[in-house]
Amino acid sequence: MPTFIRTLLANLPHIALLALALILPAIIKNQYHLQVVIFIGIYAILVLSLNLLNGYVGLLSIGHAAFYGIGAYASAKLMMEAGLNFPLAMSGAGLISAGFGYLLAKPTLKLSGIYLTLATLGFNMILFLVLQSWMRFTNGPLGIMSIPAPSVFGWEITEKVDYYYLILFLVVMTLFSMQRLLKCRFGRALLAIREDQLAAEAMGVHAARYKTQAFVLAAFYAGIAGSFYAHFVKFISPDSFYINESFILLAMLALGGQGNLIGPVVGAAILILVPEIFRSLQEYRMIVYGSVLVIMMLVRRQGLLGGKAYSLRLSYFDKKKEKEYIRGDKFLPEEQG
Amino acid sequence: MFEQLINGLTQGSVYALLALGFTLIFGTLRMVTFAHGEIYMIGAYVGFEMIRLFAPSFVLAIMAALVITAILGVVVEILAFHFLRDAPHVTSLLVTIGISILLINLTQLIWGPETKSIPYALLDKLDYGEFEVWGVYITYLQIAVLTVTVLLMAFLYLLINRTKLGMVIRATAQDYEAAYAMGVNVNVVFSTAFAIGSMLGGVAGVLIGVYYNLFYPTMGQLYGLKAFSASVVGGLMSLPGSVVAGLLIGVVETFAVELGASSMRHMVSFLFMILILLIRPGGLFGGRELIQARGD
Repeated sequence: MPTFIRTLLANLPHIALLALALILPAIIKNQYHLQVVIFIGIYAILVLSLNLLNGYVGLLSIGHAAFYGIGAYASAKLMMEAGLNFPLAMSGAGLISAGFGYLLAKPTLKLSGIYLTLATLGFNMILFLVLQSWMRFTNGPLGIMSIPAPSVFGWEITEKVDYYYLILFLVVMTLFSMQRLLKCRFGRALLAIREDQLAAEAMGVHAARYKTQAFVLAAFYAGIAGSFYAHFVKFISPDSFYINESFILLAMLALGGQGNLIGPVVGAAILILVPEIFRSLQEYRMIVYGSVLVIMMLVRRQGLLGGKAYSLRLSYFDKKKEKEYIRGDKFLPEEQG
Repeated sequence: MFEQLINGLTQGSVYALLALGFTLIFGTLRMVTFAHGEIYMIGAYVGFEMIRLFAPSFVLAIMAALVITAILGVVVEILAFHFLRDAPHVTSLLVTIGISILLINLTQLIWGPETKSIPYALLDKLDYGEFEVWGVYITYLQIAVLTVTVLLMAFLYLLINRTKLGMVIRATAQDYEAAYAMGVNVNVVFSTAFAIGSMLGGVAGVLIGVYYNLFYPTMGQLYGLKAFSASVVGGLMSLPGSVVAGLLIGVVETFAVELGASSMRHMVSFLFMILILLIRPGGLFGGRELIQARGD
């Protein structure tokens, strides 16, 4: 069989999923339902970025909502006050968030695991308090209102459908870029550090540098998600970026499973859909999140889709590389086709 | 000035109590608990119900809170630690986060999300007024808070350093496998340490609850995190360290408000924590080497 067709066949599930995602607005007519789907997209990016730290390098960040918040505020400010257009504001938000990630990670990553976790928590709290009390810049607890709608190169994004396609694009880009990153030297270094930092360092992997890079990347993705959130909801206030938000992300990651790219998306989707489907559960939303965290950790620590078998694989790109690996490597899926 | 110092010390002594609980738990189990603030909140609610339903008595409220939070502590320990001894400690930490979310929301279901207060008729019987020293008004409530805290700290000091139980806890904290080999029932020690830590938190809850007369489901979140940073500032493993750090944070916070930086009030403790982590990860009194050798 020609390589091209083989690649196509191997990727059939992904292609089918993407096609389904593309025609989804035609199926879901209800605007509110579409909004729920958009939120799944936002949380999918956030949980994926958290997964980069938690699942791949084994750094626990319990203050991830801080970067989400930085992205949201930065994007709103860049667009409303610096007068940048939307693509620039969004990339700017991602970069600013990444910059904060660097500032936090650089000094703290030299510390052992638990201290970094504590630092992320402190950072989240400080950010929340700054957003709340810096009246002149952030408008305090009242938040920033009427954030302009985005437009990408003349494409005015006003309807829910437009937002849907934008977030779909972002999610696909996140998945794609993460998949590429994790397949290359960088990703293998992260996995090596997660499995055994000492051994990885002995093999010449500069653990602190890779950890910093992973942290900066995770902050970047979270910043992008924050930027989208700000322009989608058009109103941001510090409450949306409190540590509770970080905890929700952790619950989603714990449910979906870490260390692969499908688990976080599934986790985000389930934990957003469940309270929406069971309307009566809405009041007990947080109870659901709390129980999910406790039960998953006790019963199935690796999450619903834990383990490595489910990792997204774009065979066309991976094909050449895989031949160089020794077969049976536990990080590689069985060759298909 | 002196008045602010007293206010700060009152506030700080409660942080210190909470931080002591954190430190005791981390020191023995090597596990960070995020449910501590919520145990504090439950303690406060128990005290509130006791005063409301039975008698306006500090002693009764504290006793009831001690019992309930000790039981709660053992439950948390079993859920988050006992079954997860071999798991990476991240797992226990996530379980305690889950428990903290659950406790907050269950409290919200039972008592409602609104802020509760002890009725004034009852409060008058608790609040024995104030007296004047060198032109400074000190309430008896403040004296009560400070006395209880100092008594508890002294009790904890004696317990850890002078009793057989304390010796066993210290041995387990140093090396639980070795302690186990020496015939110590480490499971019981872990539960006991967690229960004692939780009891300290519960008492702190009653004290602050009555002091401000405000009870609400999320009252423990900020306090828990602040006490937690006090514990980090104090070195995470050092009991005297957390007392000093707790008092320090309380006093600095009060003076920050006094100097007009009231928005900085809640930030003080977290800034302290980040600073300490950056400059001196071993805490105020800990050595750098010591903390790195401890690993995990």
